[in-house]
Amino acid sequence: MSNEAILHESHSHDHAGDHHAHEHHEQHFFSKYIFSQDHKMIAKQFLITGIIWAVIGALMSVFFRLQLGFPDKTFPIMEKLLGEWAKGGKLNPEFYYALVTMHGTILVFFVLTAGLSGTFANLLIPFQIGARDMASPFMNMLSYWFFFVAGVFMFVSLFVQTGPASGGWTTYPPLSALKEASMGSGLGMDLWLISMSLFVVSSLLGGLNYISTILNMRTKGMTMTRLPLTIWALFFTAVLGVLSFPVLFSGFVLLIFDRNFGTSFYLSEIFIGGKALPNVGGSPILYQHLFWFLGHPEVYIIMLPGMGIASEILSTNSRKPIFGYFAMIISLVGITVLAFVVWAHHMFVTGMSPFLGSIFVLLTLLIAVPSAVKVFNWLTTIWRGNIRFTVPMMFALGFVSLFISGGLTGIFLGNSALDIHLHDTYFVVAHFHIVMGVSAFFGMFAGIYHWYPKMFGRFMNSRLGYLHFFLTIIGAYLIFWPMHYEGIAGMPRRYYDYSAWESFKQFTSLNSFISVVVIVVFFAQLIFVFNFFASIFKGRKVTTQNPWGSTTLEWTTPIRPGHGNWEGDIPEVYRWPYDYKDDGNGNDFVPQTTPLKPGEESH
Amino acid sequence: MSVFITVALIVLVLMIVYQIAQASEYAASMRNDSKTREQSTNQIMAWLLVGFFVMGMIGIVYCHNILKDKLLPVSASLQGEAYDFMFKVTIIVTGIVFFITHVLLFWFAFKYKGTGSKSSFFFAHNNKLELLWTTVPAIVMAILVAIGLRNWMNVTSEAPADANVIEIVGKQFNWIIRYPGKDNVLGKRNYKNINDANNVLGLDKNDPANADDIISQSGEMHLVVNKPVKLIIGSRDVIHDVGLPHFRLKMDAVPGITTTMWFTPKVTSAQMKLNTNNPNFVYEISCDQMCGKGHYSMRGTIIVETQEEYDKWLASQAAYLAPPAAAKSTEVVKTDSTKAITMK
Repeated sequence: MSNEAILHESHSHDHAGDHHAHEHHEQHFFSKYIFSQDHKMIAKQFLITGIIWAVIGALMSVFFRLQLGFPDKTFPIMEKLLGEWAKGGKLNPEFYYALVTMHGTILVFFVLTAGLSGTFANLLIPFQIGARDMASPFMNMLSYWFFFVAGVFMFVSLFVQTGPASGGWTTYPPLSALKEASMGSGLGMDLWLISMSLFVVSSLLGGLNYISTILNMRTKGMTMTRLPLTIWALFFTAVLGVLSFPVLFSGFVLLIFDRNFGTSFYLSEIFIGGKALPNVGGSPILYQHLFWFLGHPEVYIIMLPGMGIASEILSTNSRKPIFGYFAMIISLVGITVLAFVVWAHHMFVTGMSPFLGSIFVLLTLLIAVPSAVKVFNWLTTIWRGNIRFTVPMMFALGFVSLFISGGLTGIFLGNSALDIHLHDTYFVVAHFHIVMGVSAFFGMFAGIYHWYPKMFGRFMNSRLGYLHFFLTIIGAYLIFWPMHYEGIAGMPRRYYDYSAWESFKQFTSLNSFISVVVIVVFFAQLIFVFNFFASIFKGRKVTTQNPWGSTTLEWTTPIRPGHGNWEGDIPEVYRWPYDYKDDGNGNDFVPQTTPLKPGEESH
Repeated sequence: MSVFITVALIVLVLMIVYQIAQASEYAASMRNDSKTREQSTNQIMAWLLVGFFVMGMIGIVYCHNILKDKLLPVSASLQGEAYDFMFKVTIIVTGIVFFITHVLLFWFAFKYKGTGSKSSFFFAHNNKLELLWTTVPAIVMAILVAIGLRNWMNVTSEAPADANVIEIVGKQFNWIIRYPGKDNVLGKRNYKNINDANNVLGLDKNDPANADDIISQSGEMHLVVNKPVKLIIGSRDVIHDVGLPHFRLKMDAVPGITTTMWFTPKVTSAQMKLNTNNPNFVYEISCDQMCGKGHYSMRGTIIVETQEEYDKWLASQAAYLAPPAAAKSTEVVKTDSTKAITMK
């Protein structure tokens, strides 16, 4: 699209923007805070909803870790909170599995998908590309409210009599399809499917909007190769979501049919509850293919925003350009493309054709190459920098460490000949919690601390930020590092109690240790949550427009930007976003809005 | 009420902590200008990161020392030996990468902390470096893939013709094991014939091959040492998984689909008790695919014995369909293993 068009558009928007600026003092409470169409408010809505879900999801992990760490003890407080499900202070096995399932679903979808890309895509895309708002603010609002309603259904499912879904976050049929197979496969599973279907709608509305905004609404001079890496990462995140969520949705539709209308897509030759079911000819493996066709890209939907955020923050705080900007983009392309063709590595031991398995081994280990490129580029970015250890920088460094640790164990699991032993053991639990759990969270934390001044016009308390960082990274390694050993010993995941197993009971004391650390880390996160909410009202006020000395466009907006972001014209962009060099006036960065000096070459 | 008080208490503590932290931040900003403050923070954080790295490395060694004896004994199957070797190679490769990248990460962070006097080095790209760290990982991955695929082909290859054939079927929540009997043929079965009282696997009574088939419901599987065994794996209800940690193998049991897995056990149970110095040692079959509330208790066991011991044991077993009541009596029928465990 021509710059001319953008310029025209920005002018016409501009009037609208001015208009808004006068009007928005009188904006109604509902249209400002609830049914808001302002990308900044929607970002905050996603973030705060995400934080609430994260606390719920984390609290669930505390409950089931109490069971895992202390299988022969009782905790009366659990009975108080969970009632019948923890009679006598001991978790019921059915509810243990429900908690594990809900923990996974909530964290993967509600927190690390909606909470992470919902927040940062909404916040950063218009800001960093120089747009007044999203391509369709109304769709954007719908995206949040579909997510909200999805959350309501999921929350309600926690209180139904048969309990929420309990077949694992992957909800494999026939376990999830047959009410006879488990209590959680009753009403709880129906609510889970409704909730997740709404979630897919929300995700598609958001994703399409992000893509069209990035492609069509960049300000004058903002070519694709002048986009900050955050935007590139969020762009590919949206592409992944738009192409893979519909496949998950189709998988859910077939599951709904099998559950309610007597079809046999996933069911065949089953004898359960004392009788043989009439279904023949279906295949449970079909569901796994459909699920993991989203499920694997989902991992990258979670990881890519963190990568983008870390790139941006490492560069800003090293006062040095990101190393290998184009290599970073190409590796994102590589990861995105490969993400679609590795799904079956979750299924090596399902009895899938071994030949097909070997193709997936090859493709899976290929994805290590772009990942390695990214890590080396980050390391070179901080090399010979002038590093400021701000709180976001600490989290970005932690992100790199965790991404390396968790990524390397993926090399074990992607190789089918090793996966055949490690599959579904604690090795897997350790691997994905480090790489897409904690590491993605570190990307998210880095982003929250970094853009908090832009969101609320105040800073979060940095002392508590540092405390939060060290407690979390030390805790995360203490929890997940020893879990690898349990996995190497073959200890299966999703067990309620190991004490009857000769092969796994030697880890009893380790399990108790891990559970204690989990509780400490949980409270460390409460420090963050409190810091977040208290700083909205009490945080140190931002007094300069560009507190981090950053080059990107969001820091050219007013400290508390109104609807429409910029008060005057949208600024024009002249250079790439990583010109961290001497500008000749004693500053160590050149904003994107500064025209090239005579004789200066653009990157 | 006590829950409410606990929550209120937590909020109160957090409020106090937040106030102290805020006050200390304001006090610091009044004492020093922002530049000095930033530099002293950089100093402190750089040292803390180094401390974290050093403690982390010590922690890794410490963790390994206390946990290394809790891992599995050497592989009890020939196939598992290849796994053990490959695992070692991958650990060494990834261990080196882990160590180098972490040394660089923390060393760079420490060395290039902002001191106020330095400025950064403008270094935006270098194609030679990019090429280097694209090709080297690609080559290393190629080697790992090569080893992996060779082992994968071996482990998924056709079982030798002389392998013992044994069927294992999962149900909520235990394992049913069927031996082909004298004719060495597993008879046909159909899930519609299943009856928990007298036909747990739904054997087809019209198939003569079924007449001598032996079914064990105790979840105990007998194998012959150094003789390949091919498992025919099935499920009656939901997906289960036959996990054999000591043999480094697992395979899903999927309703409606028959999966297989073969291996050669090489250490008898008796020998393993001596090797591990554990008189209670037992090969266990774990269910490794979430299958419902009793998933964690879906335990089977394997006894690896010599051919003579196996023959003797087999001879004492009666065919399932034609029970001459005498020999069947010793068998323990485990109908609900959840109960068995919670009663313990």
